[in-house]
Amino acid sequence: MAEPLALALSLLALVGTLAAAVRRPRWLPEAAVPAGGAALLVALGAISLTGARHALADLGPTVGFLAALLVLADGCRREGVFAAIGVWMAAASRGAATRLLALTFVACAAVTAVLGLDATVVLLTPVVFATAARLRASPKPHVYACTHLANSASLLLAVSNLTNLLAFRASGLSFTRFAALMALPWLAVIAVEWIVLRRFFAIDLERPHVDARGVGDSPPISRFVLAVLGLTLAGFVASSALGVAPVWFATAGAVAITLPALTRGTATTGSIVRAAEPGFLVFVLGLGVIVATASHNGLHSAVTSLLPGGGSLPDLLAIAAIGAVLANLVNNLPATLILVPVAATLGIGPVLAVLVGVNIGPNLSYTGSLATLLWRRALRAENTDVELGEFARLGLLTVPAGIALATVALWFAVRAWS
Amino acid sequence: MRVLVWLVAETWETAIAAVPETARDVTLLYVVAPDVEEVVGGARAGLLGRGHGPAPPPERSVASISEEAALELLEDARRRLGRAAELELRRGRIEREVVAAAADADLLVLARDGDRSRLGPHSIGRQARFVIDHAPCQVLLVWPDPPPSVATIPPAPD
Repeated sequence: MAEPLALALSLLALVGTLAAAVRRPRWLPEAAVPAGGAALLVALGAISLTGARHALADLGPTVGFLAALLVLADGCRREGVFAAIGVWMAAASRGAATRLLALTFVACAAVTAVLGLDATVVLLTPVVFATAARLRASPKPHVYACTHLANSASLLLAVSNLTNLLAFRASGLSFTRFAALMALPWLAVIAVEWIVLRRFFAIDLERPHVDARGVGDSPPISRFVLAVLGLTLAGFVASSALGVAPVWFATAGAVAITLPALTRGTATTGSIVRAAEPGFLVFVLGLGVIVATASHNGLHSAVTSLLPGGGSLPDLLAIAAIGAVLANLVNNLPATLILVPVAATLGIGPVLAVLVGVNIGPNLSYTGSLATLLWRRALRAENTDVELGEFARLGLLTVPAGIALATVALWFAVRAWS
Repeated sequence: MRVLVWLVAETWETAIAAVPETARDVTLLYVVAPDVEEVVGGARAGLLGRGHGPAPPPERSVASISEEAALELLEDARRRLGRAAELELRRGRIEREVVAAAADADLLVLARDGDRSRLGPHSIGRQARFVIDHAPCQVLLVWPDPPPSVATIPPAPD
């Protein structure tokens, strides 16, 4: 098939996939469009069967890694980890809203780093909201902090974000070196978020008092769960020294947290499978084949000419900015699939700069991308009682500053560690 | 006299304390704003299809948590008031819902929601500002903490 036609078809499949993912019609399983699109591209000869197989083989371990992490995070929910975090936050805040915000930052940064962005959005945010509500503190600063940090605090570890998992594999970095290079950018962006949110919500945070009567009682996080999480992390850290891929430690952690629940009957095989989000895993594989098709047929060279070719600070800043813009246009997962293969050929700094852009950038809108935002707004057109200018202003205050500072920190770390 | 009391989590106690003893017909109002729920739901939509595992959807749990917390606050406020009062829970754009709820009230009681560390226009927040301007009844605006002393006024310019 002619290259321009193949490129056009694959971009069409990409747009269709994103449209279906944003609209999520009830009658259409989420994986149907990317899987069908990928199959169609192979059938039409836009990508060879070998090419498609290569793309799948390349993504397979990452998708398996993600599945294990999702099961691990759901296991933590089942064992009451998030409820316990809420009780700890309520007690430790001692009735001061600013201290509660600081604790929200600690909880979000830790949960996002270790269990990933999804865990913060789906499992931790409702707990933080309930904690603020119980303390009769305005929930907005705390919930907005959760939403922001789920993205921006996902820079630290390879497991903190699916985008990181993808870049981690492409970069060839060890787990510890990835963390060592990203620690400073991670701290930099969290500092920006703290300074901005603290000032932005100064009035909410300084209201006369927070009622601390309602602090509930919950058993502390079980030693078993802490041990599983600790050993999994230790495994990640030791993975390159032991010569065992980190995915096996994630799998071991997922199995360890699941087996007792299955024997106790607190979890069913069905609930474990659902926790691994099989539909989404197929979605990622299909999306990967579609993006690979586009890359083989000219997108790769287009991106190569777009990205600056070096690792200087202005180059890294430009790469991070491109990552942020693309993530806002099409969501950060396709943005990563498009940018990372090219950035990986440019070196460690550029790959990690892509992550700075695609991970922090989505905070410009609360939905991660403009496409999703516009669709949600269209759905709500007749019911426009939601005020979200505040969130947009908060994004404008944190995202450019966060990306700039994190990229400078990254540039410094890459120079210092190599 | 029909009195409507607009309660906000942090300042409800002072608003309740300001309800006139003589008022017989009291309604306690709390407005839940859906924007936090929308942000939570939007964040999940940004996960592109993830977040549909066994845990309840975060936006639904946030909606039920906020309504539960609001009802609890209204009950606490009625107990503090110590006499019969109607409870009203609304959902929507806060300042507009408060004005709409005040349609047949004679008096609206509310607490300041602004930056009270610097006395001036900003000591009344955006929502209270709107409500004070548009409420179709008399308004009693109370300080959540003790009112400022006369000494807080800067010396007159020469």
